[in-house]
Amino acid sequence: MDAPVTMPEAASVEGMAGVGSARAQARAGSLQAVRRLPVEREWPFWVILTAQLAILAAATALWEIAARTRVLDAFFWSEPSAIFKTLTIFFTAGDAWTDIGFTFRSTVFGFLIGTITGSVLGLSFWWSRNYAAIVMPYVICFESLPKLALAPLIVLVFGLGLASKIATATALTLVVSTLTTYAGVKAVDPDGERLFYSLGATRMQVFRKLVIPFCLPWIISVLRVNIGLALTGAIVGEFIASEHGLGRAILYAGQTYDIALVWVAVLVLSSLAVVMYVAVSWLERLLLKGMKH
Amino acid sequence: MCAAPKLRVDSVGMAFATPSGMFQALAPVTLSIPQGRFVSLIGPSGCGKSTLFNIIAGLLQPTAGCVMIDNLDATGTIGRVGYMLQKDLLLPWRTVLDNVILGMEIQGRSLREARKRALPLLKRYGLSGFEYLYPSSLSGGMRQRAALLRTLLFDTDVILLDEPFGALDAQTKLQMQEWLLQLWGDFGKTVIFVTHDIEEAIYLSDEVHVMATRPGRVIETIAVTIERPRLRRSTMTREFLAAKERCLELLAADRNTALLEKVA
Repeated sequence: MDAPVTMPEAASVEGMAGVGSARAQARAGSLQAVRRLPVEREWPFWVILTAQLAILAAATALWEIAARTRVLDAFFWSEPSAIFKTLTIFFTAGDAWTDIGFTFRSTVFGFLIGTITGSVLGLSFWWSRNYAAIVMPYVICFESLPKLALAPLIVLVFGLGLASKIATATALTLVVSTLTTYAGVKAVDPDGERLFYSLGATRMQVFRKLVIPFCLPWIISVLRVNIGLALTGAIVGEFIASEHGLGRAILYAGQTYDIALVWVAVLVLSSLAVVMYVAVSWLERLLLKGMKH
Repeated sequence: MCAAPKLRVDSVGMAFATPSGMFQALAPVTLSIPQGRFVSLIGPSGCGKSTLFNIIAGLLQPTAGCVMIDNLDATGTIGRVGYMLQKDLLLPWRTVLDNVILGMEIQGRSLREARKRALPLLKRYGLSGFEYLYPSSLSGGMRQRAALLRTLLFDTDVILLDEPFGALDAQTKLQMQEWLLQLWGDFGKTVIFVTHDIEEAIYLSDEVHVMATRPGRVIETIAVTIERPRLRRSTMTREFLAAKERCLELLAADRNTALLEKVA
């Protein structure tokens, strides 16, 4: 072990001229210090995962200890053990699946209706510049409007059931899709259109074979944003007035000071959000692969 | 008098209204091109080459004159000629094969039939092995080949090529010229070719039309009678050099008048 370590030093002393003296100079800080590209070695996956789990465990433990030693007021903050107990009750005796199903359905329907209608609307602007010029100000007005402020009105119109939640989710997603798709439409290369027309194409052919495929990446790029927005819309709809759903569970638990249940509902909601986000990301990858460039 | 020309551009002019009055982009131009001819247009930028092409392709309505194809009025009608723009405009979401058949597809041919017809041509004209790749994995020269085959497979007798080799490196350009001449020989199309490269124009063409600016117009037509098939060597012959010199003179003269006008 010793020999290889001492070797280079010995060599430099013995006058491996160039390298040795250059190093000596650098060490003396004469003109230029020798610098190397900073490189961070990547840790293996299990180390990263262990660190993440350790943080989670430590935070939970700290929370529990703080609550038990009354550093933290358990009435307002609840405590992990109580939350876990409530969680099991929520799933065994409570309405967990009804609520999850309700929120899930309103989110997915709102997402689909908003995204599809928005994309179709955005694409439709390709057909006529006059029509686009007339309608655009309204779209932009609707975009700048805080749509959640409309939620009480939507609930009044569409009632307490699923429809009003779908409507709020749609309201949030629709405009994003419309504007993004329209940005795609505007980015269609005019030379591409000229090529099609020089081949004698009809407008419908240009639309189907050039405009739609060209705008698809734009349409798809909104999916991930929209699933989050749809969930927000659905939850806010449930906050206003609802008989089911995770949003309603959170509101109800808060009003009855059942803080553990608030946490449970928030946890379940985040899990639902993650699941839907992952599913949409997967869908996005699948769609983009289908039209590989 | 020989047969009626394939394409006749009959005193076609184009004027645009600008804030400072009418701008004559193209003074009446008359060209008469027989079937199977290879004709080049050269001239400085702004001489109306692209305007003329857009008019012939029916993408622009001229303010004067008409375009006759096979003695029939084709002014302002699209789909009569193949038009290859400067950019290759290959659709990135289609394979090379599906890009090449675009013209046939738009004409309403079935995809199967179109592909069946295109495949052997792709193989024969240097795109073998690329049929099912996407354009993003092709080099500049290969992309131009695909774009040109797309233009050829759109079954029109006349094709317009707008600086197709402008963006290629010198070596590739020479290869592409040979390749184009081979295609032209095989397909017997009537070709109108726009370029900035005088040597390219003379080497490829039967006739070179030199254009000038303000207003855009054809100032002289130079016939190139060098025998075909041409060899690279022929670019050193006296006839070739004479034609080249004449083109340079004409272009220089136009540049000078433009300068004088600016001074005045």
